[in-house]
Amino acid sequence: MGKIEWAMWANEQALAAGLIYATGGIVGVAGQFRGWQFAAFGIAAGVFVCLLEYPRSKRGKGTSVERTGQYCFTVCVNAFGPLTRNYYVRAFLHAALCVPGGFMLATVLGCVCLGIASLIYLSAAIHGEHWEPILPRTEPPKRVGDSIKEPPQNPPPRPPPELRRKKADKLETAAYDNPMSVTVNE
Amino acid sequence: MGNFAANEGLSIFVIVSYEMKLSPVSMVNFHSFSLSPSQHALSWARAPAACLNFNCMLILLPVCRNLLSFLRGSIQYCSRTAARQLDRNLTFHKLVAYMIALHTAIHIIAHLFNFERFMDSQLMINSSYLPYVLSQIGNNDNRSYLNPIRTNETVMMFTTIAGLTGVVITLALILIITSSMEVIRRSYFEVFWFTHHLFIVFFIGLVLHGVGRIVRGQTIESVKVHKPDECHSRFEDWGKNGTDCPEPVFAGNPPMTWKWVVGPMILYVCERLVRFYRSQQKVVITKVVMHPSKTLELQMKKKGFKMEVGQYVFIKCPSISQLEWHPFTLTSAPEEDHLSVHIRIVGDWTQALYTACGGDKTVVQDAWTLPKVAVDGPFGTASEDVFRYEVVMLVGAGIGVTPFASVLKSVWYKHVQENKNVFTKKIYFYWLCPETQAFEWFADLLQSLERQMMEKDMSDFLSYNIYLTRWKDAEAAHFRVQYEAEDDPITGLKQKTRYGKPNWDNEFSAIATQHPGSKVGVFLCGPTALATALGKQCISHTESGTEFIFNKENF
Repeated sequence: MGKIEWAMWANEQALAAGLIYATGGIVGVAGQFRGWQFAAFGIAAGVFVCLLEYPRSKRGKGTSVERTGQYCFTVCVNAFGPLTRNYYVRAFLHAALCVPGGFMLATVLGCVCLGIASLIYLSAAIHGEHWEPILPRTEPPKRVGDSIKEPPQNPPPRPPPELRRKKADKLETAAYDNPMSVTVNE
Repeated sequence: MGNFAANEGLSIFVIVSYEMKLSPVSMVNFHSFSLSPSQHALSWARAPAACLNFNCMLILLPVCRNLLSFLRGSIQYCSRTAARQLDRNLTFHKLVAYMIALHTAIHIIAHLFNFERFMDSQLMINSSYLPYVLSQIGNNDNRSYLNPIRTNETVMMFTTIAGLTGVVITLALILIITSSMEVIRRSYFEVFWFTHHLFIVFFIGLVLHGVGRIVRGQTIESVKVHKPDECHSRFEDWGKNGTDCPEPVFAGNPPMTWKWVVGPMILYVCERLVRFYRSQQKVVITKVVMHPSKTLELQMKKKGFKMEVGQYVFIKCPSISQLEWHPFTLTSAPEEDHLSVHIRIVGDWTQALYTACGGDKTVVQDAWTLPKVAVDGPFGTASEDVFRYEVVMLVGAGIGVTPFASVLKSVWYKHVQENKNVFTKKIYFYWLCPETQAFEWFADLLQSLERQMMEKDMSDFLSYNIYLTRWKDAEAAHFRVQYEAEDDPITGLKQKTRYGKPNWDNEFSAIATQHPGSKVGVFLCGPTALATALGKQCISHTESGTEFIFNKENF
């Protein structure tokens, strides 16, 4: 297979698993099922996983596509340093979080999905991947105020208007519109 | 507004009628299932189950591309608009997939409630509680029971066929969905493709899901003597002497899903067999041309291969990868005796193909050293409709210019060499590219067309405009000096290259004025942003008389 970055797929799977875990937990608590305490844990774990997985990592090769509004999550996740950058830690964290879900019917699906995500993260870690934050590049401040006097930065490559003026009888074959009107005598 | 209807009307109709099918299916099922009149969890599970049957039937159909090609060819004679709907097959496939995910979620949540209620029914030992009484039926003979939760196990779902298959197919579905996200699909196509084959597991599990007959209903004979409407409130008297409500008898409902999905499954198996058969047919590479800027042209011959303009094929090279099929647009015209594709070297597979065809060697290669390839196709796209319009606007952005190579060549052959009465009278061609070097093979084609048109005095048949959207300062200086030269400094064509992006408003207005009262086909192969812009222009410039119809290629 081509050079797959496993972490990208693990990220999607973990995010989906978090949502499923939380939904199963909500159903368990709302319906007051037997073992609803596990469901309550499921909600908490699911929400935590979603928050952790929402910011996408920067790709090793190619352009990275951010999720909408992920910047504040990126900053939070980045603040934990090696705990969140290392995928071994993530793999074991997901494995640990998914275990209590297996004790109750409503959360068992979330448990299995999170377990699969944990395995894919393990594969990513073995391949040496790690999480990189997508941070916006700081642009150099532009000078404002002289813009009218300076010529445009990248104009279309054509000569100034006086030279561009085509004779009147050659108007049809001209590739450019005349910047000023011409009559035959000119 | 009229053009909007012409362009989008049929898609909206398809989607609306599909949604309308779902509601009666679910309502019918909702009313027929109920453990007791006050508890509807089973109905909530059965309704989406019925919708799932319907959706799983539909999901396989849009991806049978050979079948769709065949349908497209047949429908074209009746209605061009209907045929165009078949171009949106992938969009429909995704829509049905989202519906399956939604209905699966409702189904699972309903069953969770179901299990809880059934458990409660077994545990609340109280003979004046209807659900408990119903659960106790059949305790003696273990055949005619209603409540499937016979024991108190909470994880009993893993011991029934329905439970186990349910978990397996839901997992398969979740894995399929997460690997089909756009990010994964665009960057790591193989992961998407191989994971998607879990649909085989999905369908097998789906058919087996109802085999255990776990959903129980009253048998037909029993309904005749024990009417639920009359008897449900007199449950303490069932079976006693003197009542007209004997004990009800229940049995498992037979599985229904296989009736829905067996047809499409057979069609899909046929589709894969057709693809396999086509891949075994012999394809000979007759010519390999290395163009500058990393473009490889392959000319091939395959017996019995027929194509239309702008179609694409899937190519497999077994010596590089046994499993990978990659799509490429055909750049040859149907009138030529070979088929050709132009392949840009961008990734692993194309790089390996370049090496296998002797790209890095300078001596001429013998024919037997060239790799074996397999070709599947051709598959239809919107470009086939080009010749049905009197006036045509072709817009290609970057690599999107490739299908139009085939169109232009074919137009040329039709007009000049075969002298057929061609319906298309005028072609406006727009090529937007950041640099023409990458497609100098296309510029060559335009040059030869230009020369031949001048010889035949047909210069006004094709009007082409090339827009360079990016340039470096050093190049700009060169262009400025050369502007008066007769041939364009970049492409060498008589028609001068323009700089920047076209003003679509002006272009559309000019064409509308020049061709009043005709249908103008607008064909685009390029990015979505451009498609939206052009779509809007088509809608806004369609006035009384001139009608702009928008067609977009999908790759």
